[in-house]
This record gives sequence, C-alpha cells and structure tokens, in this order.
Amino acid sequence: MSVSGSAPESTAVSVSGSAPESPAAAREEARGLEAPRFLGARRRPAALSVAVRIAVPLLLLAAWWYGSASGRIPPDVLAAPSAVAGALRELIATGQLTGYLLASGHRAGLGVLAGGGLGLVLGVAAGISAVGEELVDPTMQMLRAVPFLALVPLFISWFGVGETFKIVLIAVAAAIPMYAYTYLGVRNVDRKVVEAARGFGLRGHRLALGVVIPSALPSILMALRISLSVSLTGLIAAEQIGATEGIGYLVTLAQQYFRPDYMVLCILVYAALGLVFDGAIRLLERVAMPWRGHVVAR
Amino acid sequence: MSEPVFPGEAPDGLAIRVRGLRKSFGAKTVLDGVDLDIRRGEFFALLGPSGTGKTTLLRILAGLELPDAGTVLAARRRTTVYQEPRLIPARRVLANVTLGLPSSVREAGRRALAEVGLEGYGRAWPATLSGGEAQRVALARALVRDPEVLLLDEPFAALDALTRLQMQELVAELCARHRPAVVLVTHDVDEAVRLADRVVVLREGALAVDQAIDLPHPRDRDTPGFTAHRRLFLTHLGVTAAAH
Ligand SMILES: Nc1ncnc2c1ncn2[C@@H]1O[C@H](COP(=O)(O)OP(=O)(O)O)[C@@H](O)[C@H]1O
Ligand SMILES: [Mg+2]
Repeated sequence: MSVSGSAPESTAVSVSGSAPESPAAAREEARGLEAPRFLGARRRPAALSVAVRIAVPLLLLAAWWYGSASGRIPPDVLAAPSAVAGALRELIATGQLTGYLLASGHRAGLGVLAGGGLGLVLGVAAGISAVGEELVDPTMQMLRAVPFLALVPLFISWFGVGETFKIVLIAVAAAIPMYAYTYLGVRNVDRKVVEAARGFGLRGHRLALGVVIPSALPSILMALRISLSVSLTGLIAAEQIGATEGIGYLVTLAQQYFRPDYMVLCILVYAALGLVFDGAIRLLERVAMPWRGHVVAR
Repeated sequence: MSEPVFPGEAPDGLAIRVRGLRKSFGAKTVLDGVDLDIRRGEFFALLGPSGTGKTTLLRILAGLELPDAGTVLAARRRTTVYQEPRLIPARRVLANVTLGLPSSVREAGRRALAEVGLEGYGRAWPATLSGGEAQRVALARALVRDPEVLLLDEPFAALDALTRLQMQELVAELCARHRPAVVLVTHDVDEAVRLADRVVVLREGALAVDQAIDLPHPRDRDTPGFTAHRRLFLTHLGVTAAAH
C-alpha cells in the first residue's frame, strides 16, 4: 500500500506549511472548507442568567396582582396580594412569624439531621457491601412503600402528641429518600475507582469517607433536597396535632378560621422556604464539590 | 483509487486551513499564531511534549473549543478518535458505531466493524471489550461516517505496546484505503515517523518544524532515513543526543 500520494515532495523545513502563491489560488485551494461549528457550551452573561431565572416567578406574581386588581380573580377564590401582604405584616408585627419559623425549623432540623443521617449511613452501607445491602435494602424498600403519614396514629400512641412525635415523624419521612438516593448514588460510583482504592488498602469507613461519599456527593445532595422538602410535608402533618406554633400550624389556622389571606400566605412561606433550601444546597454544592466548576470534558 | 467527490469540494485542495490561530487559558497562551495547511488525503502528525497544546489545537479543529483569534477552516465531515474509546456503556457495540446515524447504515456499521477486525462484535456490550478492542470500535465509529478529516488524539497512547503496533498498522491500512486527511496528535516520535506523510513539531505555541516524510511504507526503525527523521524531531523536542 502507498500513502505517499499527496505528500509534499521536498523534505525542506518550511514553518508556514505549503503556502500558495496568489490569493485566487489560495481561495481555490480552500474551496469547500468551513469554519468548524462550535459544539461546546457558550458562556452566558451572569445578569442574563439571573434575569431568565426570575422571569417566570415574576410573571406569575404580576398575573396574580393584575388578576386581583382588575377583579378577574374574586377575593374568595384567591386573596389579593395586598390582603396577603397585610396578613404578613400582622404576623411579623406580633413576632409570630419568627416564632413559628424557629419552632418549625427546630423540629425539621432535628428530624432531618437524625433521619437523614441514618438514611445516609444505611445507604452507604448498602451501597458498598453486599451484606449491608442484604441486611438493609429489603426493609427500606418495604418502608418506602408505606406513606409516612400512615404512621401518625401509631406514633401518637407511642410518643403522645408532643415534640418527640413530631421529630420522629419528620425523621422517618426524611430517612427514606435519603437512603434511596444515597444507595443509588453509591451504586453508581465508578467501580474501577473503588476497586483501585481497595487495592491501595482502603476499607470500611476510610473507603466510605475518602472515596465513596465524595464521589456520590451529587446524589447525596439530591437526597438532601428531597429530604428537606419531605420534611415540610412532615411539618404540616405533625403540627396539625398538639401544636400552638409552627408553619404547619399556620396551615391549620388558615383552615380553621377560613382566612383566604392566610391560605395564600402559607403557600408563599413554603415557596420562600423552597427558595432558601435551593440556595443553601447550591451553595453547599459549590463548597462541597469544588471540582464541578472546572469540569471540562476533554 | 476512487475518491468520492462532493459538490463544492476541491478534490486536490485543502482539508484544513489555519491562519494566525491564538488560544489562551487565563493568562497562559497555549497557541500563539499557528499557521497550518493540510491537504486532502494527507496523513499529518502533530508532535509535541505533553502540555504544549496539541489537544487544544485538535479540539479547535473539531469545534469543541473556540479560538481566541485567527481563521480556522476545515472540511465538513470530520470525526474524532480520542485517547479513550468514549463508548456509551448502555448501548451495544453496533449502536455505538452507528450513533446518531439513520438505521439504514447498520450494514455499513457492520462492515466498519469487520474492517477493524471486530466482525460479529455488534451485539457485545462495551464493558466486555479489551482496551484495544474498544479503541477499534471507536475507530469503526469514526470510519462509518466516511470522514474527510479524521482527528486522532493520541489514540494509541493508552494501549499496550503490542496492541499499539497492531493498531498503528490498522490505522495506516484504513487511511490508505479511505484517504481522509488525518491529523494524528502524538508525543511518540516513532509513531509519527512511522505513519505520517508530514510531521510538525508544536513548541511554545507555534509550529517549530514542518517536515515531509518521504519514506516507503511499511516503515520501521530499519527503513533507511527513519533514524535521521527521528533524530531531527527528538532534537526539536529538546531530547539530548545521549538519550536517542
Ligand atoms: N480548559 C482548560 N483550562 C485551563 N487550562 C487548560 C484547559 N485546557 C487545556 N489547558 C492547558 O493548556 C495546555 C495545553 O493543553 P493540551 O492541549 O491538553 O496539551 P497536550 O495535548 O499537548 O498535552 C496545558 O498546560 C493545559 O493545562
Ligand atoms: Mg493531549
């Protein structure tokens, strides 16, 4: 076979390649060539990204405001923004909002910490070791099928309607998604990397802390997101009974006294909490996964 | 040899034209005024020590990176073989080869697999392949697209020495048959001299040497002239005579 067909004949050193003589010849030579179409992701200005991000929520807000102001949305269907703002001011002035947030934050925080922590440990154990998986997974999968709200009567009969009941309920609610996503994340860690780490003598908690958990962090933070939002559901259920404060209790209040402004306010408070959780996790992602910002496929 | 001619394509013209190409990452200028013409059907090798910007140049040609300045023109049908096979673990070998192509090319995909010596591997999973086999699948995936420009980024670097020799032979044979313009990025001087019609050394952001290799194929270290070329490139790569 011969590959020398179109090889330049001389072996002289020419740094500029085979430069053609005239511009016309140069054009003719380059006929049919194109500038490569860029396949990568272009960097977008930060301001534009922020603007796009807040556009849809702002639009919804504007539609709500316009609908109420123009009378298209009757106040008994959806309270007007002004009414909701009034309710908010009232709650802030009496100090109730702070008190409610602190009380609920305490319950949810403890619950997610205990339940999420347990779910994390179980998920990692099941993900790393076959025995762990055999011991833990069937039970967790069964528990996963039980809506945690079905546990309310049982927990009340065990713990009464006090703080313990509330925290345990949230803990159980948070533990299950944390387990499921952590387990999945750990299973998806590159087996070659884990194998290599085992070869370097890492076992047990050193393998888990040094290799498996950092590699599974994207899933674990995803699990944390879900645990946090499940904990809000837990709050509503837990604070319906035997509570005098809390953002779940606020829902009960709105319902009992039929206050449309409070009904909407509850939704807004939960939405704001969602925003706060999302921001916190994004920040956590940036801090805990510094390598992600630099990832370039090459 | 029958070459497919597409409208608007100059059959004996260029496959790649680069003028005044510059590329920096932060404060570091990696490519600083690169001029390069590669003819259709030419087997071109880009030599350079690790970290000189060979991959960056190749990625610009592939459209995976944007140049900061300069003109880059290339023939339309370009495909890349990377250092790693980059096969999709969740798709079978044939599906990987014909990725993104209409299902009518399945037969062409099977032929390409046969050409790289993997006849009957179409239904295998990528995870079951050896390193060399996986890289041959990557080669078949490039070939089935009938490229005008084949971009190879150290495609043999991760292979064992014996497999590497076999792969080099295979690539030489396939390129002689299909005649794409080839850009082979490598840091292996022997590989460049063995395969290429023309070798360029990239140093400090610019092309330092541009040398045609006019030796008969197949080549090895005993081919007359091989050693002289080898020595020239090693010198330009900054390797002292004692190490040759
Ligand atoms: N995305 C990037 N960000 C910062 N520096 C980069 C990036 N890509 C490449 N570089 C730097 O550019 C230089 C050339 O890289 P590369 O083209 O991969 O070299 P080669 O392929 O010749 O080994 C290296 O010093 C590398 O660190
Ligand atoms: Mg490289």
